[in-house]
Amino acid sequence: MAKAFKEALESGKFVITAEVGPPKGVDIEEMKHHIELLKDKVDGLNVTDNQSSVMRISTLPVCRLIQEAGGEPILQMTCRDKNRLALQSELLGAYILGITNVLSLTGDYVTVGDHVDAKPVFDLDSVLLLETIKGLEEGKDCAGNELTGEGRPTFCKGAIVTPEANPIEPQLLKFEKKIKAGAEFIQTQAIYDLDNFKKFMEYARQFDVKIMAGIVLLVSAGMAKYMNANVPGIFVPKDLIDEMASAEKGKALAKGIEIAGRMIKTLKDENICDGVHIMAIGKEGKVPDILAAAGLA
Amino acid sequence: MIVAERKPFEEIKAMIEGCKKVLIVGCGECVSVCMAGGEKEVQILASQLRLAFEEEGKKLEAGETTLERQCDKEYLEEIKDKVDDYDAVISMACGAGVQFLAEMYDSKPVYPALNTQFIGVAEREGEWSERCRACSDCVLAETGGICPVAICPKGLLNGPCGGTNDGKCELSKEKDCAWTLIYNRLDKLGKLDNIRKIFPAKKYSVQTTPGRRIHEAFKEKE
Ligand code: SF4
Ligand code: SF4
Repeated sequence: MAKAFKEALESGKFVITAEVGPPKGVDIEEMKHHIELLKDKVDGLNVTDNQSSVMRISTLPVCRLIQEAGGEPILQMTCRDKNRLALQSELLGAYILGITNVLSLTGDYVTVGDHVDAKPVFDLDSVLLLETIKGLEEGKDCAGNELTGEGRPTFCKGAIVTPEANPIEPQLLKFEKKIKAGAEFIQTQAIYDLDNFKKFMEYARQFDVKIMAGIVLLVSAGMAKYMNANVPGIFVPKDLIDEMASAEKGKALAKGIEIAGRMIKTLKDENICDGVHIMAIGKEGKVPDILAAAGLA
Repeated sequence: MIVAERKPFEEIKAMIEGCKKVLIVGCGECVSVCMAGGEKEVQILASQLRLAFEEEGKKLEAGETTLERQCDKEYLEEIKDKVDDYDAVISMACGAGVQFLAEMYDSKPVYPALNTQFIGVAEREGEWSERCRACSDCVLAETGGICPVAICPKGLLNGPCGGTNDGKCELSKEKDCAWTLIYNRLDKLGKLDNIRKIFPAKKYSVQTTPGRRIHEAFKEKE
């Protein structure tokens, strides 16, 4: 059984998390298969929250499924779809189910997804959500009202950072606010340029927070070029694109797995950061192969 | 000023379906400046409507008038004697003006000819940009005179999201990221400490809906 995520973080071991994307619809067979496949191989499984503003199954019940399967869920929470009441009641609800790992996110804007006419909420932001969680832990909701009864919830609070953001300075300012607001762990946006990432880590090491590098599996040279052109905060260096392009026909995915594995191995062996968060978007079944390529399986 | 744009012609035409006489009322303030509902736009809409009715073998008498502004009763009263002659009134003011006109002449159908968009500024001739959401709790003192509520689509108060792309907003390569602008401005002013502190969640309670304000000097009279 997966060790509790918080324990893993505090143990000082190289922490590994992966991601489960709830489907748009009620057929959860594939998702359950991925949960089964990954739950014992990673320290935590993030459950994405209407990822890319596309309506899907909500996060909490999926976290529950992971828990029932013996895994360790990490509840992603964006500020896009819920106001402060809904966010807090969801947090309390998560806690009573024993779901205590929470990743605070702002959330993509509504118009990038499949409900372009929906009302965007953004009542809180990722920093204020962290502060709100801290408040609940101290027995107060974000309006200052006392929680009733015995006991207080406790959470393991996370946030994200985009080390390749341009410009980087405002991003780092916010990163520091997230730590001030109580973030205990940070999962980064996908990184590919390890030299850049090392520079980021030299800066980030001054803070008391665990940093997990975001690893997004490359499936083709085209995908890398597409991300460079279209996904803010992602930069795939040319040598990696060339390496992907050099793969024989039909072997690009294997090459992507090899690259991801190699990056993870370097991050771990050189003690660059505290762990990795693997996003194998649509290829969750390949995470064990990535771990094997990293010598971690 | 308040920025608006005219509704599609077909939509306006459909509103006055069956009317024989309509009075088109322009507004001489914001919507005149942003070339949506001033005297000239009243003329254009009137001619377009007459022509369209004529093409369908119908006749439309379209009266034209443009008031100083439509958000003041004093000016709205100027059309008191005219309104009765018409089947309907088309207001080319912002949404506030349309409502005030409809309230004063509540036995006449009053239709809006504009879509009211935002509070903004004239960037250059013919181009306006949004600058304020009238949030009732202005933070511009801290943010270097750049509004995170109106210029960041997410209204983020504590710094940028992860979507900033070369200083542009994740929504569009045409739009500057509010937080890049704020950071650069405060950097220039040597006041980055302003945004190092955590801004509390916005107080939506101060945005009473519907809003109403009475000037101190007039309170007793109310
Ligand atoms: S903070 Fe922005 S929206 Fe609020 S009053 Fe100031 S300029 Fe307007
Ligand atoms: S990119 Fe900048 S302006 Fe756009 S939503 Fe994010 S923080 Fe706001």
